Amino acid sequence: MEDIIKITVIDRDDERHELDAPTDMNMNMMELCKSYDLPVEGTCGGMAMCASCHMYVISAHELSERSDDEEDMLDEAFNVEDNSRLGCQIKLAIHLDGLEVKLAPVG
Amino acid sequence: MIQTNILIIGAGPVGLFTVFEAGLLKLQCHIIDALPQPGGQCSEIYPKKPIYDIPAYPSILAGDLTAKLMEQIKPFSPGFTLGERAEVIEKDSEGQFIVTTNRGTKHRAPIIAIAAGLGCFEPRKPPVEGLANFEDKGVEYIIKDPEFYRDKKVVISGGGDSALDWTNFLADGVASEVTLVHRRPSFRGHPDSVQKVMDLAQSGKINLITNGEVVGVAGNGSLDSVEVKHKSDGMISLATDHWIPLFGLSPKLGPIGEWKLNIKKNAIEVDTFDYSTNVPGIYAIGDINTYPGKLKLILCGFHEATLMVQSAYKRIYPDRNLVLKYTTVSGAPSM
Repeated sequence: MEDIIKITVIDRDDERHELDAPTDMNMNMMELCKSYDLPVEGTCGGMAMCASCHMYVISAHELSERSDDEEDMLDEAFNVEDNSRLGCQIKLAIHLDGLEVKLAPVG
Repeated sequence: MIQTNILIIGAGPVGLFTVFEAGLLKLQCHIIDALPQPGGQCSEIYPKKPIYDIPAYPSILAGDLTAKLMEQIKPFSPGFTLGERAEVIEKDSEGQFIVTTNRGTKHRAPIIAIAAGLGCFEPRKPPVEGLANFEDKGVEYIIKDPEFYRDKKVVISGGGDSALDWTNFLADGVASEVTLVHRRPSFRGHPDSVQKVMDLAQSGKINLITNGEVVGVAGNGSLDSVEVKHKSDGMISLATDHWIPLFGLSPKLGPIGEWKLNIKKNAIEVDTFDYSTNVPGIYAIGDINTYPGKLKLILCGFHEATLMVQSAYKRIYPDRNLVLKYTTVSGAPSM
C-alpha cells in the first residue's frame, strides 16, 4: 500500500523492530511505538508535556525543527543528544520512509 | 486516625468524581494524593490545555475541569490528605483497611478506590552513577526549607521555573555560592526569572554553566563535588555541599505495586462488572486499571467510578437494597 512506510525502532535492549507505519492516520512516532507495544510511555498523550517518548533519530532524514515546547520538555529529559526528539512530535509522513530511531533510556 | 467510607487514592478527575457518586449514596469519602493540589495530571501536566471530549463541554481547560469537579463535590465535604503518598496497606481485626502515608498519616476505611492514574508524581532523578548514595547526604530533589542551604555551596540543575526561582532565591544572601547548570543556553520559565538569573550571572553573583550537565557525584560519605560535562570545555569539577537536580515530576506506580494486586503492564487488573480488583474491598478506576477494551479516557473513568460506588455500597450495607435515584428527582446534592 502506498500509504504505508517502513520505520525501524531500536529498543533499549538494542533489538531492531521493523514496523509498517500508516501515514494516513495522523499518527506520530510515540503512538506508532505504543501501537506495536514497544516500551514508550507517552504519559501526556502527545502534547509535548512530558518527556517519556524521548528517542534518538539515527537516520539522516530531515525532520521539522524542534518547537519551543519540545525543547522545553527535553530540559526535563536525561541523556539528551543533538539528535534527541520527542516521538510525539514526529508526525508520520511519506518522506519519513526508512526512518530509524533508537529509544532513549528511561529517566 | 482518619475514618471514612471510601478511601480514594488519587485526586485526579476520576478520584474527585467518585466523591460525587459516593455522596449520592450518602457514602463519605477521603482522598489521598502525593501532589499538594487536587487535579492529578490535569493540574500537574496540562492545566492550560483544552479537553474536547467531556460530555456537554465543547471545550474545557484541564485546570477548569478540576475546579468544576471540586465545586461539584463540595456539598459532600470530602477530606483530603494532600502532598502525602499512600504507602502501606493493612487490614485490621474488623476487616477494615488501614492506609498509612509516607508521612505517617493513618486512614481507615472498609473500601479503597485506587484512582491513581499513572501512579504518583515523583521527582525525576538523573541517571548519575552512585546518586542514591548521596540522597539526603548532599543531593536533594525538592527544596523543603531554604534555610537548610544557608552559607552552603549549592549546585542547581535544570532549566525550568523551579530551577530559576530557587537559583534567584538562594543567591539572595542565603547560600554562600550558587551554580546553575543547564543543558542549553536558553531557558524556559518566566521571562522575569530568566532575566534575573542572567543579571546575577553577569554581575558574578552566581556561576552559570550552560551547555553542560552534571554527570558525576563524588564524596566521602556526603557530597563533596559534582562533575559537569561541558559541550566544548570538557569535564569541570565543582566543589559543593549540595546538588539539587530540578527536572520536574514524573508518575511512578510506586508502593501500590506492592499491595498484592494483580498488575499487568503497570496497570491493575479489574473485573468490569464493578471494577473490583483481586482483593475484595479494593477497587481500581480510571487510567490505573486495565481490562479488555480499556480506554484511558476521563469520561470512561467517570463511568467506572459510578458503577464502582454501587458495588462498594453493597459491600458496606449487604442487607440494604439500593434504588437508583436520579439527581433531577432527588434535588440538590447534600450529605
